Amino acid sequence: MSVRRLAEPTVQPASFAFSAENAAWADLAIAKYPEGRQQSAVIPLLMRAQEQEGWVSKAAIETIADMLGMPYIRVLEVATFYTQYQLKPVGTKAHVQVCGTTPCMVRGAGELMDVCRSKIHHDQFHTNESGTLSWEEVECLGACVNAPMVMVFKDTYEDLTSERLAEIIDAFEAGTPPQPGPQTDRFYSAPASGFTSLTDEQAIQDNAREWREKRKQAWSADAATATGETATPPSQAARPKTDAPETNPAIKSPSPEKASPAAESAESVKAPVGNAAEANKAEPSVEGEAKQRQSGADKDGDQGLKAPELHKGEPVGADAKGEAASDASVTSAGKDQAGNPDADAAGKSGGKDGEAS
Amino acid sequence: MLADKDRIFTNIYGRFDQSIQGAMARGLWDGTDEIIAKGRDWIINEMKASGLRGRGGAGFPTGLKWSFMPKNTEGRPSYLVVNADESEPGTCKDREILRHDPHTLVEGCLIAGFAMGATAAYIYVRGEFIREREALQRAIDEAYEMGFIGKNNKNGHDFEIYVHHGAGAYICGEETALLESLEGKKGQPRLKPPFPANMGLYGCPTTVNNVESIAVAPTILRRGAGWFSSIGRPNNVGTKLFMLVGHVNTPCTVEEEMGISFRELVEKHGGGIRGGWDNLLAVIPGGASCPVVKAEDIIDCPMDFDGLRERKSSFGTAAVIVMDKSTDIVKAIARLSYFFKHESCGQCTPCREGTGWMWRVMERLVRGEAQKREIDMLLDVTKQVEGHTICALGDAAAWPIQGLIRNFRPEIERRIDEFSYNAHRVQPVLVAAE
Repeated sequence: MSVRRLAEPTVQPASFAFSAENAAWADLAIAKYPEGRQQSAVIPLLMRAQEQEGWVSKAAIETIADMLGMPYIRVLEVATFYTQYQLKPVGTKAHVQVCGTTPCMVRGAGELMDVCRSKIHHDQFHTNESGTLSWEEVECLGACVNAPMVMVFKDTYEDLTSERLAEIIDAFEAGTPPQPGPQTDRFYSAPASGFTSLTDEQAIQDNAREWREKRKQAWSADAATATGETATPPSQAARPKTDAPETNPAIKSPSPEKASPAAESAESVKAPVGNAAEANKAEPSVEGEAKQRQSGADKDGDQGLKAPELHKGEPVGADAKGEAASDASVTSAGKDQAGNPDADAAGKSGGKDGEAS
Repeated sequence: MLADKDRIFTNIYGRFDQSIQGAMARGLWDGTDEIIAKGRDWIINEMKASGLRGRGGAGFPTGLKWSFMPKNTEGRPSYLVVNADESEPGTCKDREILRHDPHTLVEGCLIAGFAMGATAAYIYVRGEFIREREALQRAIDEAYEMGFIGKNNKNGHDFEIYVHHGAGAYICGEETALLESLEGKKGQPRLKPPFPANMGLYGCPTTVNNVESIAVAPTILRRGAGWFSSIGRPNNVGTKLFMLVGHVNTPCTVEEEMGISFRELVEKHGGGIRGGWDNLLAVIPGGASCPVVKAEDIIDCPMDFDGLRERKSSFGTAAVIVMDKSTDIVKAIARLSYFFKHESCGQCTPCREGTGWMWRVMERLVRGEAQKREIDMLLDVTKQVEGHTICALGDAAAWPIQGLIRNFRPEIERRIDEFSYNAHRVQPVLVAAE
C-alpha cells in the first residue's frame, strides 16, 4: 500500500463548492443508490470535485462529507485510499500519467518516463516551473495491447514512442491537445498489420440472420413438444473432471456398498470356545506330545481363561498381588495360549477382506 | 482458428456501427423476451450445460454461481454487480467490450439479472476507464429509450442498470472489496462467509460477475449450450478474448477458441514473436498474478484452464504477456512485485508487510546484491504469504515470484555471482522499510 497524505495547509483552499452544473449532476448521482445509501456516491462525487478543481482539497472532502451525511474521517479514508485522487495540485494543462507496469515496461515505458523527467520535472508529482505540467508513474491503466501508453486527464495516448510523447507534451503545453488513441496508424486494439478477424460487417449481419433463423426453428420445435414443465437436464458440463487418485470412487469413505451382517459373520472366524483343557495344550511340535500342564484341580475347566477381575469374590489388583501371584502366572500363560488362534483368525479374515476388495 | 460466424463479440474493434440498431443488426437483443419467457430455471440450466467458466480469472462455473442466489429473499432486493474493475496488468479485454461492444453487456445484465431474481445491476467500472464509461452509459441510455430495460419494458422483467466507478484501486477487483467500494468505503475485502450470494451489496443477496462472463451469456442462450460447449476441449469450452501483450510483432485483442495453442495464437494474430521463435524467453500466460512459464514449456501448450495448470501456471484472464530474450526477466517480475506492494489494501499483515518485503528483496536480486540463501528465504516467505490472507492478493503477489524462482533460478544466481565478483566496489547502504 502507499502512504498518501493531504497537501500542506498552505496550499489548501478555504472553501469548496460544486458548480451549478456539477451540483445538479451530483443530485442525480446520489439518486442512483437506494434510500439511506447515499454514501455509495462518495467516489463519483470526489472524482467530480477533482475534475472541477484539478485535485482533491480538504475543503472538498468536508463539503462532500456534509452532502452525504458522512463523518469526515470516512471520506478522508476514501480520498487517501484510492490512488486516482490527486491530493496535491497538479499541472493545469496536463498531468501525464505514465503506465509503468510490466506490460508497458517491456515495451519501453522507461523511455517515456525519461522524456517526462527531461521535459517536465525530474521528480513525479512536481509541476514544472510555470505550474502547467506534471507527471507521475501509475500502475496498469488497462490498455496493455497498446503499450506503452500514457493518460492525460480523461484520454489515453497509446502506442507511443519517446519522440511522439515529447510532441504530445508540447501540444498540451501549447493548449492544443492532440487526437487521443493509438498514435500510429493502427485501429484501436486490432493488430497493427491489419485485421485478422471481423473483416466484413455484411458477412457478420448475414450470419446473424442465419443464427436467428436457426434459433427460431429450434425454439418453435421446443414449444411444440414442451409440456409446460421446464426440462431440467442434468448437467455435468460445468463440473470439473479430475483424475486425481483421491477422487477415485473405489476408495470413497464411507464405502457406498452396504455389508450384510449375515455375510460378515459367515466370513469371520468364530471366537474360540472357552476350554481350559484345549487351551492349556502346548503346540505338539514344541512338546512332542499333547499333555496337560495343569493338574485336574480346576474342575470347571475355564477358570484359567477368565480375566482376574472376573474371579468372583477374589481380591483384584494391587491387593491380590501377594496371594494370587501363582494363580496370575497360570492365567496369563493360559491367555497367551488362547490368544494365538485368535490372532491367526484375524490374519486370515484380514487376508480374505483384502482379496474381496 | 475460430471463424467469424462463431464469434460472440462482433464489434470488438469498434469498426462497425456502434449504435443499438447496429448491434441489433449483428444479432443482439434478438429474442430476449423469449429467453426471459422460458424462465429462470431454463436459463440457469442452459448456462450450466454450456460449461461457461467465469472469465475473471478464477474460472468458476457461471451457471453454478447464478444458481446460488436464494429464491426467497425475505423481502430484500437482489443485486447483480458486474465487475468491470479490470486492473490486472496485461488485461484489457473488458475495456474493448465496454467501449466498442457494450450492448452485449447491457443485454447480458438483463438476462443474468432475471436469472438470479435481481431488480437492479450495478456495473463497477474502474476509475481510469472514463471514455469507456461514457460509451457504456450511451448504450444503456439507448436500451432505456428502446424500452429494453427499465420499468414495464418490452422484455417483461423490470430492471435498472446503473454505472458506478472506482478510483484506481486494483484490490476493488476482488468481489467483496468491490462491494465495499460500491458502498462508499475503502476497498478492503470482507471475510467470507457470509458469501455475497447471501449478504452482498447493502446486506442483500448479490452476485458479482466479470464483464465478459455476463456479455457472452445472451449469445450462448440464443445459439444454445450445445454450440458453446462444442468449441474447445472438455471442461475448457467456448470462446475467449485473448490479449497478446509485449514482444509480439502485432499486439492485439482477439476472440479465439479456448485451447488454441500458443504457437497458433501468436502466428495467426500476433504476427509472430519479435525476432522469431528462437528469441522467445518466457510468457506470463494470464495476467500479472500467474507464474511465468518458460518458452519451451508454452510454445505448444493449449491455452486454457487445464492446459496451463499442467504447466504449473494458470489461465487467468488470458492476458498473454510475451517476453523475448531482451527482457530483464528478474526486473520484470520485480516490477510486478512493486505493483502488488502498491496495490495491497493493508488489511492483512502477511500481505501488507510481505509484499513490501518481497519487493525489496526482488530489487536486490535484480542487481544481484544478495546471498544465494536469500533466494530460498524469499521462496519461503512467498509460501507464508500465500493462503494466509483474506483475499487472493497475497497469493497473487506470491505466485509470480515462485514462478520466477522455479524457472529462472540460474539467472538469479548468475547475477549474485556477478555482483559478488565486484562486491569490493560497493558500499552497503541501509534502506528503511516504507
